[in-house]
Amino acid sequence: MSATTATAPAKGRQMSIGRLLLEGRAFFALIAIIAVFSFLSPNYFTVGNFLIMSSQVAIFGILSVGMLLVILNGGIDLSVGSILALAGVCAGAMMQGVEIEALGVILYPPVWAVVVLTLCVGAAVGAVNGILVAFFKVPPFVATLGVMYVARGVALLMTNGLTYNNLRGSEALGNTGFSWLGFYRLGGVPISVIVLAVIAIAAGLMLQRSAFGRWLYASGGNERAAELSGVPVKRVKITVYVVSGMLAAVAGLVLASQLTSAGPTAGTTYELTAIAAVVIGGAALTGGRGNVRGTMLGAFVIGFLSAGLVIIGVSSYWQTVFTGAVIVLAVLMNSLQYGGGARKG
Amino acid sequence: MSERTTGEVVLAARNVAKSYGQVHALKGVNFDIHRGQVTTLFGENGAGKSTLMKILSGVIQPTTGQIVLDGQPVAFANANDARDRGISIIHQELSLAPNMSVRDNIFMGREIKGATGVDYAEEERQVRVLMEELEEEIDPLTPVEDLRLGQQQIVEIARALSVDSRILIMDEPTSALSASEVEVLFKVIRDLTARGVSIVYISHHLEEALTITDHAVVLRDGNMTAYAPRSEIDLDWIVRNMVGDNYDLGSPPETTVGNVALSIRNLSVPDMTGKDLVDGLNLDLRAGEIVCIYGLMGAGRTELLETVAGRLSASAGEIVLEGREISHLTIGDRIARGLALVPEDRQRDGLVQTMSVGQNLSLASIGRFTRGLFTSRRDERQLIDDSIRQVTVKTAGGHAPIGSLSGGNQQKVVIGKILATQPRVIMLDEPSRGIDIGAKAEVFRLLAEGARQGLAVIYSTSEVSECLSIAHRIIVMHKGRISAEFDSSVSKEKIMAASGESVAA
Ligand SMILES: Nc1ncnc2c1ncn2[C@@H]1O[C@H](COP(=O)(O)OP(=O)(O)OP(=O)(O)O)[C@@H](O)[C@H]1O
Ligand SMILES: [Mg+2]
Repeated sequence: MSATTATAPAKGRQMSIGRLLLEGRAFFALIAIIAVFSFLSPNYFTVGNFLIMSSQVAIFGILSVGMLLVILNGGIDLSVGSILALAGVCAGAMMQGVEIEALGVILYPPVWAVVVLTLCVGAAVGAVNGILVAFFKVPPFVATLGVMYVARGVALLMTNGLTYNNLRGSEALGNTGFSWLGFYRLGGVPISVIVLAVIAIAAGLMLQRSAFGRWLYASGGNERAAELSGVPVKRVKITVYVVSGMLAAVAGLVLASQLTSAGPTAGTTYELTAIAAVVIGGAALTGGRGNVRGTMLGAFVIGFLSAGLVIIGVSSYWQTVFTGAVIVLAVLMNSLQYGGGARKG
Repeated sequence: MSERTTGEVVLAARNVAKSYGQVHALKGVNFDIHRGQVTTLFGENGAGKSTLMKILSGVIQPTTGQIVLDGQPVAFANANDARDRGISIIHQELSLAPNMSVRDNIFMGREIKGATGVDYAEEERQVRVLMEELEEEIDPLTPVEDLRLGQQQIVEIARALSVDSRILIMDEPTSALSASEVEVLFKVIRDLTARGVSIVYISHHLEEALTITDHAVVLRDGNMTAYAPRSEIDLDWIVRNMVGDNYDLGSPPETTVGNVALSIRNLSVPDMTGKDLVDGLNLDLRAGEIVCIYGLMGAGRTELLETVAGRLSASAGEIVLEGREISHLTIGDRIARGLALVPEDRQRDGLVQTMSVGQNLSLASIGRFTRGLFTSRRDERQLIDDSIRQVTVKTAGGHAPIGSLSGGNQQKVVIGKILATQPRVIMLDEPSRGIDIGAKAEVFRLLAEGARQGLAVIYSTSEVSECLSIAHRIIVMHKGRISAEFDSSVSKEKIMAASGESVAA
């Protein structure tokens, strides 16, 4: 047998300009958006505005990290918007005090307990998704669509459709600090942005460097082959939905904290924005392809675009049109990038 | 005969080259297809055979060079363009839609229109005629995913035949077919050539290809290195020109047989309807032993191996690995304990198409290079480089996409992935599909070496000669049971008779 050939030396150097533009498209789009709006409005290119925009992006960004994991697995999670609302409402309810009738007392859990319990709610709803998909073989679209309705319904039932308005807590009850997530800044950077950064870095490390990340890419790319290679495909599947649910709860907490109120209709259609961010970031909806960097860029493209349109005074109807156009363009480019590469035999 | 060997050239490649970035798949090749004759293309894995065929059938375009059809230079825009001019191709990798029926796959894109939409009845009739010609009992309405691999390949062949083309290119059409199915295909090929259809045939089953060919062309590293008409060549000639050396697949290695490594007791595996695909099977495999399971397609070999590997569950029986019952373990746990399977269908079960060559090779042994929470890149690269060398994968490197490899090299990746898990019991289900004789010899050498160090091997195949050159013990499976057991001194005929196959095949 002849020796193995390694004819191609460096792989990167040969990359053509077109290829570079294609692969970095989300990045270039973001640069373009920033340039255009900075030109159109003097208020756009300021540190203050970037921080405000970023703290808005944080909500979608956190959701889209979870969505990315699910999409890498070849699934989709339509329930994140509802989980976000449910989480906010649960947190709100706990901040207002939990009445335990048998004892005749009202319990005011401290904020850390509220956060932990809310995350558990998100994880639990995610687990329902995961179990439906992994064990009962319900298609992800259908399973999470159902859970999306149920979670939204529960949130509405819990509040009777009303909104919890005062989430500041009080000194006397020892449950202040909820607004910390939404308002506090660390070295000038909003906490929500820091939360997003931490989550994104953790997810990126997990995808690139951990065994779980490799399992996830493999089972999204070809589940049968992954399974036969010893990948616990069911566990991977459930885990991504649990993580997605939990991240939706984080987003719910951040949003409730930013607004210091929690309503059952919060986060409607946010799942679609999250999916859009993931797709713009170059992930393939068929699974197995995509990364955190792209998804983050996708989230910022959407966030900065719509914020920019608001700043220059374009109507929100046009925002919808623009966002839609960006998504379609992104998917077109995806098929360019992945369509040519594959080959048969 | 002399008249046949000089049949007029209908389609030719002139100085055709094809490059993928730095990879030069073809470096200026001339190739002729003669009317009404079979031209066979030989060459190692990655020599450029499929690339040349895809150029001749319009699937891809050459970087430089020309295609000449009936003496006129042509350029095919795409495969449909070539098909409209009478050229069709059977791809090396199956290109069927698994969820659709046999009928719909065969007529995909060329549906027969009737007065009220598609004329399904007529399509179905034609499929039945085709299946009759190919002597297969495949119902036109079965979804393709319910067919075994060999039958899917038949459907692929039927689809190419249904076009009525005058030039038919077959890229490894028989890699999953049984001997009798190959015999039928050859009969069909002879009918076609008698009608003036020109055939290009690619196969790594050299003897088999020799029986059908009129001209032989050898490709090596993207160059055409030899050409000769049938009358001037023999097996030696092919091998010499292909790899520049003579390969002997050898005889079973001398090993010291140890304790029972794997014991299968009374194993039954039902299909969806409850019929037993594996029926109360008993088998003991010892360390250092190479056992070959021979059987026709559908004898239950794949089901047996997949059950032992943990993908299917048994309805009864025990699987004992080195003294411990493992039926309840996951596939991952079984791999960790040293039991691993090289699956039959590389596209469906072997490879993750979205990952690189390296990531595919390391997929089953991630634990070996995980330190704490994270994987070690250095250790992983080491493992990948070792594997690439071990199974001699021809690739631009571990980072290359898996789809850029030739078919045989993809197969080597699947084998390399499992070898990288350092198994103690290895099961291989038709592992030689699509790999050249050099690579096959290499795989055999690796297995023999493993066996000397105590590796236990189950090798499933439908090629008798493979059994005879590797196995200490040959087990013949028929309808889910062991129908006979031989040692390595048995004759081919006896093995085939026990499998229920007609010896004439
Ligand atoms: N899309 C591609 N991108 C990069 N390299 C490619 C691509 N397609 C083919 N090659 C390379 O071209 C060479 C020839 O491949 P080809 O598939 O023609 O081989 P082959 O002779 O058919 O081998 P086999 O017997 O294994 O099927 C290989 O080295 C392969 O890696
Ligand atoms: Mg090939």
